[in-house]
Amino acid sequence: MSESSGLVPLPYSPSEVEALLGEGGARTLLSAYRWMVLARTLDARMQALQRQGRVGFYGAATGQEAVNVAAGLLSAPEDWVFPGLREQLVALVRGHPLPTYVHHLFGDALDPALGRNMPCHPSARDVHYVSMSSVIGTQISQAVGVAQAMRLRRAAGVVLAFFGDGATSSNDFHAGLNFAGVLKVPVLFCCTNNQWAISVPVEHQSAVRQLSDKARAYGLLGHRVDGTDFVASYAALSGALGRLRDGAPPELLEFLLYRMTPHSSSDDPGRYQPPDWAERARRHDPVARLELWMSENGLLAAGVREELVSAAEASVRAAIEAAEATALPAESTLTEDIYAPRGPKLMGSGRGTETG
Amino acid sequence: MSSLTLVQAINRGLAEAMRTDPDVVVLGEDVGTNGGVFRATEGLFKEFGAERVVDTPLSETGIIGSAIGLALYGLKPVAEIQFLDFIYPAFDQIVSEMAKMRYRSGGQFPCHVVVRTPYGGGIRGGIYHSQSTEAYFCHTAGLKVVVPSTPADAKGLLLTAIHDEDPVVFLEPKRIYRSVTGEVPDGDHRVPFGVARTVREGTDVSLFAYGAMVPAAEEAAAVLEKEGVSAELLDLRTLSPLDESAVIASVEKTGRAVIVHEAARFCGFGAELAALLAEKALYSLKAPVARVTGFDTPFPYALEQLYLPNTEKIVAAARAAVRAA
Repeated sequence: MSESSGLVPLPYSPSEVEALLGEGGARTLLSAYRWMVLARTLDARMQALQRQGRVGFYGAATGQEAVNVAAGLLSAPEDWVFPGLREQLVALVRGHPLPTYVHHLFGDALDPALGRNMPCHPSARDVHYVSMSSVIGTQISQAVGVAQAMRLRRAAGVVLAFFGDGATSSNDFHAGLNFAGVLKVPVLFCCTNNQWAISVPVEHQSAVRQLSDKARAYGLLGHRVDGTDFVASYAALSGALGRLRDGAPPELLEFLLYRMTPHSSSDDPGRYQPPDWAERARRHDPVARLELWMSENGLLAAGVREELVSAAEASVRAAIEAAEATALPAESTLTEDIYAPRGPKLMGSGRGTETG
Repeated sequence: MSSLTLVQAINRGLAEAMRTDPDVVVLGEDVGTNGGVFRATEGLFKEFGAERVVDTPLSETGIIGSAIGLALYGLKPVAEIQFLDFIYPAFDQIVSEMAKMRYRSGGQFPCHVVVRTPYGGGIRGGIYHSQSTEAYFCHTAGLKVVVPSTPADAKGLLLTAIHDEDPVVFLEPKRIYRSVTGEVPDGDHRVPFGVARTVREGTDVSLFAYGAMVPAAEEAAAVLEKEGVSAELLDLRTLSPLDESAVIASVEKTGRAVIVHEAARFCGFGAELAALLAEKALYSLKAPVARVTGFDTPFPYALEQLYLPNTEKIVAAARAAVRAA
C-alpha cells in the first residue's frame, strides 16, 4: 500500500481491539469505516461543488471522522448533541437522513431550517442535534442547561458538547465548565483540538500543554485522546458516557486531531501553516489508519473498500441531484419563525422597505 | 385582589407560575437563599427547592446560556440578571442565540427564556446600576421587550411572559419597585402583550411613556390639567411588540406627541416612535414631535437628577407643543 507510507499505525492487536470495543468489535469497525467513507466522499464532493459555485460555503470535517463516528455510534437516541463546525457526521450516524443534510447544504426549500443558516450549520431536531451557531463557544453553556433540564425532569440522557481548540478561549467555555462543575449535570465536553483556529496555532491559543488540563480548574476530570485513532476515541467516549450515565460528574475529553483541509472554503492555509503540516496530518489520517489496520488484520476483504466508496458516491450524487432540483425557500419564509406562529408577525413596525 | 408593591407583585407572579407549572425554573445570582438583592425571589427557594431556584455562579453568559439549554429541552426558565447594566456578558447569548434559535432552526428549536432584570435610574446607583438600554433589545428581531409600570401589570405581564412561546426581556423599573403600590388580582392574572394602557384620556397632547417614567408623566398630566391642557397618557407596556395602532390613534386625536424615556435620546426607543408618527400620522401632527429623554452621555452619579426626565421637563415639552399650534 504505497499511499499508506509513513502512516502512524494503530497500535493494537486484534484481541486488544476486541477488549477495547467490546463484543462484536469487528462489526463496529466495519460500520465505522463505512460511515467514514461516506463522510470523506461527501467532503470531497462538496468542496468541489463549492469551488464550482454550486454551494456557497463548506467546512470539511476531513480528519475528524473517527471522533464523529464514535460519538454517533455511542450516543443514545435520548442524548443531545451541541455541535461545533465539524460534527455533522454525528447527526448522520444518529439517523439524520443524508438527503436532508444535503438539502441544508444547498439552503433549499427542503432544508428543515429553510436555508436560514449557512452550509454546515444544520438543525436536526429529529436526532436532538441542536442548531449550530457560527458564534464560538456559546453552545457550551447551553449544553449545560439541557443537562440540567434532563436532571430536573429525571429523564435519561446525556449531552455531548463539541467545540474546537479556539473555543477553549471563549467566555462560554469557562462559564459552561464552571457551571457544569458546580451543578454536576450529565454533560460531556468534547474538545476537538485540530491544532488550528483558522490561522492561529493551538500554542498561541493557550499556555497549557494539554487543553484537557483545563478541566481541573473546574473540579472536573479531563483526558487527552488520540482523535485520529478510532479505537482510542471509541473507547474513551464509551468510558466517559458510561460514567456519566451512572451519575458521575461531567468530564472534558480533548481529541487531538490534525486539520487536513483549510478551515473552510474561504481559507488559504498556505499563508500560515508550516510546509510539513500537510504531511504530518496525512500520517494521522484517521480513515487511512483504520483502513490499514483492518486490511492487515483481515477485516477488509478485497473489493470491500471499492464497494463502499461507490455506494457512498451514489448516495451523495443522488442527494445532490435532489437538492439541485429543489427550489429556494419561498419568499414568505423570510418573515416566518421569528416568533411563534401565534405571535406577532414581526416586531414593531419593521417590514423592511415599507412605503405604505 | 391584594394591595402590593411592584416588586411584591413580581414575587407573587413568580410563585404563581412555579406553583401551577412544574416546568418553571428560576435562576440567577443571589436568587436562592438570599431571595434576590431586591427580594423579587423571596421565599421561592424555601418553597420550591434548590433544583428549581438555582443560585448560579457569577456569570451572566452562563446564566443565559444555561437558561437557553433549559428552554430548548422544554422547561420555562426565568433568568434574573441582577442589573440591566450587567447583562452585556450575556448579550451574545441573548442576541445571537436566544433571539435567533427559532429562526435559524426553521422553528425546530423554540427558545422561550424570560430574562428579568431591573433597569433605570433614580436610585443613586451611578453608571452601572442605572442605565436604560432597552433599545439594544428592541432592535433585535426575535425578542419581545416588556416594561411594566404598575404592580398589576408587573404580575400580569410577567405571567404572560413566562407562558409565552418566545424569548422575553422583562425590564423592571427598580426605582418604583417599592414606591408604587396597587391592587393586584390574585391567581393566574395575565396581561396581553402588544396592548398599550391608556392611563388617562386627553385631547390636546399625547404623552408616551413606559416603566418608571409613567408616574412622572402622570404627575405632568395633572399639572397640565390645572393649566387647562388636556393630556392623554399612554403606558406602552410592551415595546416589542408595540401597540402601533394605539400610538397612532392617540396622535390622530390630539395632534401632538411628547415621548418620554430615561434612555439616551440618540437612537433611543423614542426615535422609533417619532419615525412611526412621521410615517403614519404626519398629517395629524400640529406640532413637532418632542422627546424628553436622558442625555447622550454615560449615566451620571452626582448629577443624576439633572440627567433624568422629570415632571417639570415633561410639562415644559407639552406646553411647548401646545403653544406651537
